[in-house]
Amino acid sequence: MDTSTHLVEQARKSLLEPAGLGDAELARLIGTLMSGRIDHGDLYFQYSRHESWSLEEGQVKSGAHSIESGVGVRAVAGEKSGFAYSDDLVLPALLEAAGAARAIAAHGGEGRAPIRWRSGEGLRLYSPSDPIASLDDREKVALLERIEREARAQDPRVKQVMASLSAVHEVILIVRSDGVLAGDVRPLVRVNVTVIAEAGGRREMGNAGGGGRFTYQELLEGDTVTGYAREAVRQALVNLEAAPAPAGEMTVVLGPGWPGILLHEAIGHGLEGDFNRKGTSAFAGRIGTRVAAPEVTVVDDGTLAGRRGSLNVDDEGTPTQCTVLIENGVLKGYMQDLMNARLMGVAPTGNGRRESYAHLPMPRMTNTYMLAGRHDPREIIASVERGLYAVNFGGGQVDITSGKFVFSASEAYLIEHGRVTRPVKGATLIGNGPDVLTRVTMVGNDLELDTGVGTCGKEGQSVPVGVGQPTLRIDGLTVGGTQT
Amino acid sequence: MSATEIARRDEPVFGEPARERLADIAQAALEEARRQGVSAAEAAAHLSQGLSVTVRLGEVETVEQTRDKGLSVTVYFGHRTGSASTTDLSPAAVRDTVRAACAIARYTAEDPCAGLADPDTLARDIPDLDLLHPWNPGVDGAIAIARECEGAAFALDKRITNSEGATLSTYEGVEVYANTHGFLGTLAGTRHNLSAAVIAQDAGGMQRDFWFTVARRPGELEAASDVGARAARRALRRLGARKLPTRRAPVIYEAPAAASLLSHFTAAVRGESLYRDASFLLGALGKPVFPEFVRIHEQPHLKAGLGSAPFDNEGVATAPRDLVREGVLQGYVLDSYSARKLKMRTTGNAGGVHNLTIDPGPLGFEQLLKQMGTGLLVTELIGFGVNIVTGDYSRGAAGFWVENGEIAYPVEEITIAGNLRDMFRGIVAVGADVDIRGNIRTGSILIDSITIAGN
Repeated sequence: MDTSTHLVEQARKSLLEPAGLGDAELARLIGTLMSGRIDHGDLYFQYSRHESWSLEEGQVKSGAHSIESGVGVRAVAGEKSGFAYSDDLVLPALLEAAGAARAIAAHGGEGRAPIRWRSGEGLRLYSPSDPIASLDDREKVALLERIEREARAQDPRVKQVMASLSAVHEVILIVRSDGVLAGDVRPLVRVNVTVIAEAGGRREMGNAGGGGRFTYQELLEGDTVTGYAREAVRQALVNLEAAPAPAGEMTVVLGPGWPGILLHEAIGHGLEGDFNRKGTSAFAGRIGTRVAAPEVTVVDDGTLAGRRGSLNVDDEGTPTQCTVLIENGVLKGYMQDLMNARLMGVAPTGNGRRESYAHLPMPRMTNTYMLAGRHDPREIIASVERGLYAVNFGGGQVDITSGKFVFSASEAYLIEHGRVTRPVKGATLIGNGPDVLTRVTMVGNDLELDTGVGTCGKEGQSVPVGVGQPTLRIDGLTVGGTQT
Repeated sequence: MSATEIARRDEPVFGEPARERLADIAQAALEEARRQGVSAAEAAAHLSQGLSVTVRLGEVETVEQTRDKGLSVTVYFGHRTGSASTTDLSPAAVRDTVRAACAIARYTAEDPCAGLADPDTLARDIPDLDLLHPWNPGVDGAIAIARECEGAAFALDKRITNSEGATLSTYEGVEVYANTHGFLGTLAGTRHNLSAAVIAQDAGGMQRDFWFTVARRPGELEAASDVGARAARRALRRLGARKLPTRRAPVIYEAPAAASLLSHFTAAVRGESLYRDASFLLGALGKPVFPEFVRIHEQPHLKAGLGSAPFDNEGVATAPRDLVREGVLQGYVLDSYSARKLKMRTTGNAGGVHNLTIDPGPLGFEQLLKQMGTGLLVTELIGFGVNIVTGDYSRGAAGFWVENGEIAYPVEEITIAGNLRDMFRGIVAVGADVDIRGNIRTGSILIDSITIAGN
C-alpha cells in the first residue's frame, strides 16, 4: 500500500468506522449533495485534539486539552458555494447538512454518486504519529521549567518569563464527488517564550519560539528549545537599550528568515487566486509583467518536510507543490484552490485550505519564501550609508485592493556609514505591494526559513504558515518611527 | 429590507428543552468531576445556530449554515487546576473531557490564587437584558436583503466597479455556566449583521472600503440600501489617495477607528497584564491617565446591548462602574484569578469588558474637524504595532488630510506613531458621533499631536 492510500485507510479507520459510515453511506451522501447543477461537492471529515501547557512565575499553572470533530459539507456550482457542517458524525445529520449545502443550486435533479472510490495522490512530509502522546505530561512540565531556568540564568534584569507548549493531532478525510478520497494525519507542535526585562524603571519584551509538523521528540533534539529562551532574553535586553525609531522613507535592510513576512503580506495575499479571479487584488491581470527586481524569485512551497506550513495534501485533497510566484522579477502565477482554478481555467496548486470542518476552503499560502541571491549579507549592510536594519518582526497586514501592507519590527537597528550602530524601538514599516519588490537592490546569499511560528488570518480563518527570505536591501520603504 | 420583514419576531431555535439539555450537560460534567474527587469545578456549555448569505455582483456567492456546540470544563484539586473542552456533548465525551481536565491537574503546580470565583461575588438576581431577538429571514429572504444592499452600492456611482459582496448573517446562541458553588446561569442571545465591501476605481487605481450594521434586534439594523450606499461613499472618497510628507500633526480617529484606542487601554488595565508587569499602566490606579474631562465606564446592563451580560464567564455579577473618572484611573479589568494575584476583588470581567463607553463631548464630527483645523483624519488602521508593555504605538493608516476644518484629500501608505501614555493624555476632545456597533462605544477622538511617517 502506498503512503497516500495508507493515510486514507488510517483516516477512514479513525473517522468513519466509529460512526458506522462505509462506502455505501458515502455514496448516498455525495448523491444527496450532487442533486441539481453542482460542479463539485465534497465532505471534509476532521478530528483534532489540541493541548497546551503554560508557565509563568516559575510554575506550570495551567493546561488545557480540547477535542473537535465534525464534517463540513460543500456544494459548488459555478461561482456559488453552499456550505453546512455538523459536529454529529451520524448519517441523518450528515444528510441534513448535504441537503442544506446543495440548496445553492436552485433546482433538483438526479444525484450522481461516484461508482468507485480511489485514493488521491499525496506526499509524505511528516510522520502520522500523535505529538501529544510523544512525551509524558511530566516531561512537558519539566521542559517548560527548563526553559524558564535557562532564561533567568541569562541576566538578572529578566523579571518575567512566560513559556508555553502546544501540540495538535489532526486526522482528516476528504471525500470528493469525483470519487477521490484523500486522507492526512497532521502533527503540529509549537513552543513560545516571552521575557520581560527591567532596568531603571523601564520594561521591554522579548519573544522567541518555533515548531513544525513533528512531535515533541524532534523539538527536544539538540539545544533548540533552550536556544529560544536565550533568544527571547537577548531581544528584551536589546530593546532595553533601544532609542525611538526614525520616521520617514529610507533604505531598509531586512534580516533573513522571519522578516520574510514582508513577502507574505506585500505579495503573497495579493497572489491568492480568489482575489485575482474577482479582480479585487492590486495584482489582478499582471501575470507576465515585471513586479520585482530581476534578482527576485519567490515561491510558495507546501512540500518542505516537517515545516509548519507544509501539507501532504491540501484541504481539498490536492497534493501540495512548489509554485513559482515570481521568477527573476516577473509575475508567474497565482495560488489556487479547486474552485478558483476551475473558474480561471488553470490547474489547482494545492493551496485550498480551511481552518476546520466548520469553514469553507479558500486559496491560502503554505511556506512562502524568496530564493537566495548572490550578495554576502555583510556587503549589503556595508553598502548602506544611512538606513534601518530590521531583523525581527511581530505581525503584519495588507489591504489587498490598494496593495498597501505593513509589518512591525520588534528588533531593529540604525545603519550609519555602512555599520549597524544603535538599536531602535520597534517601528511599523509600510509599503505598496506591487512596487516594493522593484525597490529591492540587493539579495543576500543567506536564505533562511522562519523557526515555525507563523499563523495567517484571512476572512476570520487562521491557518499555520511559514515564511523565509535571505537578507534584502530595499531602497525607499516608509519607516513609522516617532523621530522626525 | 422592508419594515414588515424585520418587524417579525421569530421563535427561538433554542427553547426551554434545549436550555434544560445544556444545563443537564453542565451538571453532568460537575457530577463526573465530583466523582473524580475534585475540590471544585466549573463547566460552560453552549449551542448556537446561524445563517450567513453572501451576494456578489448580484449573484449568490455563498450560503452557509452554521451550527455549533461545545462544553468546557475546569477542575480544581485544591489549588491545582486543569481544563478541557469538547464539541461532542454525548455522555461518554462529557466524561472523557472531565477526565482529561483531571489528568492535566495532576501535573500543574500549586497556585494559591487558582479557584472558582468567591461565592459572595456570584450573580444572585439575573436581570433580563433583552438580548434574545431571533430572526429567520430564510435563505431567499437573506439573499434579497444582501442583494438590495450590494445593489445600492453599485447604483450610487458608476466608479463602483467591483465588489467583495454583501453579507447578511443571523446568529442565535445559548450558553449555560455552572460551578460547584451551586451557581447555574443561562444566557441566550442573538446577533444579526449586514455588511458590504465594495471597490471604487478610477484611472489612478482601486480602493476598497466597507460598512456594516449589527444589532441584537433585527429592527435596529440600518436599512440595507443605506449600508450599501455608505460602503460605496467610503470607497469613492478614498480614490486619488496620496502619501503625506513626514511630520507631526494633530489627528482625529474617526469613531470606528477610535474604538481601537480604547481596546489598547483595556488591554493595559487587564489584570493579566498587570500581575505580569506587562503594562505601561502599571501602578496607574488613582492617577491621571487621561485629561480631566474624560470618563470611561462599563454598562453591562444596557438593554439589548451588544456587550451586555448579567454575569461574567465565572458567574460573577456584573455592575455598571467607572474605569476612568475626571481622567483618573478608578479600577482595573479583573477576573477572580488576576484579582487574587493583585490582592484585589474581581470586577466581573472574566471574558472582557461590557459595553465600555467613553462619554461623548458636545461636538459633532464636522465641528471636531473645525476644532482640529489642519491635521490628519484616520479612518482605517492596519497592522499590529502596539506594545502594551511600553505603550509604544506605530500603525499603518489611511484617511484624509484636513485643512482649515475641511477634508482636503485622501491619504494612504503612511504610519502614525507615538506612545499611548502621551496619546491618552493628549486627547483634546471626544465627538458626539458615538458608534454603538460593538462592545466599545466611542465618538471620534481628537489627539493633539502624533508623528506621521510618509515620504
